[in-house]
Amino acid sequence: MTDEFNLTPIQLDALREIGNVGAGNSATALSQIINKRIDMNVPKVALVPIESVPDLVGGADTIVVGVFLRVYGKAPGNILFLLPQKSAFYLVDTLMGREHGTTKSLDFMDESALMEIGNILSGAYLNAFFNFTHISMLPSIPALAMDMAGAILNIILVQLGQMGDQAMVIETEFLAEDDGINGHFFLVPDPGSLGTLIKAVGVE
Amino acid sequence: MADLIKVGMADYKVGRSPSTLISYGLGSCIGVSLYDPQSKIGGLLHIMLPDSTQARASDNPAKFADTGVPLMLNDVLALGASKSRLVAKIAGGAQMFAFANATDIMRVGNRNAEAVKQILRRHGIRVIAEDTGGNYGRTVQIDLQTGIYKVKTIDRGEKEI
Repeated sequence: MTDEFNLTPIQLDALREIGNVGAGNSATALSQIINKRIDMNVPKVALVPIESVPDLVGGADTIVVGVFLRVYGKAPGNILFLLPQKSAFYLVDTLMGREHGTTKSLDFMDESALMEIGNILSGAYLNAFFNFTHISMLPSIPALAMDMAGAILNIILVQLGQMGDQAMVIETEFLAEDDGINGHFFLVPDPGSLGTLIKAVGVE
Repeated sequence: MADLIKVGMADYKVGRSPSTLISYGLGSCIGVSLYDPQSKIGGLLHIMLPDSTQARASDNPAKFADTGVPLMLNDVLALGASKSRLVAKIAGGAQMFAFANATDIMRVGNRNAEAVKQILRRHGIRVIAEDTGGNYGRTVQIDLQTGIYKVKTIDRGEKEI
């Protein structure tokens, strides 16, 4: 079995490339929904100490909106789409056709819209994974929470924490053309799934 | 100005008055504080998981309730606290996302709270205050001058326990 925490540069590149295509699909989907250009950075594929993951999104007490989906299939894992509170409000205003700055808190409809975005982005992302790996992965129904980043990240870190002190994170940052929205998309394979993915793309 | 000492996830710190120990953004994690009101010595532990039986040897013991509590207890006693005077306050243990078919791992907050109380009981330490459960994050801090344990939330204000 591949040692998950000891990937070769080629394996990391392969994961980054899949992440790149996945994120590209997602960015296109988001761009079509809100009718704005979306830029994204080259995905980070990194092994990070669990306790420092909250720092990736501005610290444990930053207020964020998180849409969480569990991924089922041969390579199970978790998807978390994180938006700083301001970006989430901006995105909701855009989706609902309201003037920017209208949303001050999320009602039921707003939450539902954001969960749907999480759903669409995840679907687009996982499609890319399927094209590369031919491993089919299905996302669960999304769940949403608005709270401190540390608290929200708990849900994925706890599962990883059972197995070790480090997390393999495939992370992409999105940025809308008018700077109103930035978000982080995390795909965190369960322990064991990374080996399956790497095997499937033939860079074992 | 009193020291503000930050306690990270899966970490613990001990100290004495007038320091304050703080841990940010707990979800299903638990912030366990110990305090000796006479010597004004205490500690704060931020655990993620209830038990270390599945853990690897290389794992950080402060991540688990069963290994983290004794670790902090030893350090607090080494600083000069008296075990018989020590009292505990705990907060955290939320379930952040509501799922209809929540798996065990999503309900880890509850199990964390139970595990912490059990291990404290086993060491003969009284839990005198508790703010656990719910579906929201908490930032916790213990003021070692007063023993006041402050729990801050985003939508539910701030309370002292």
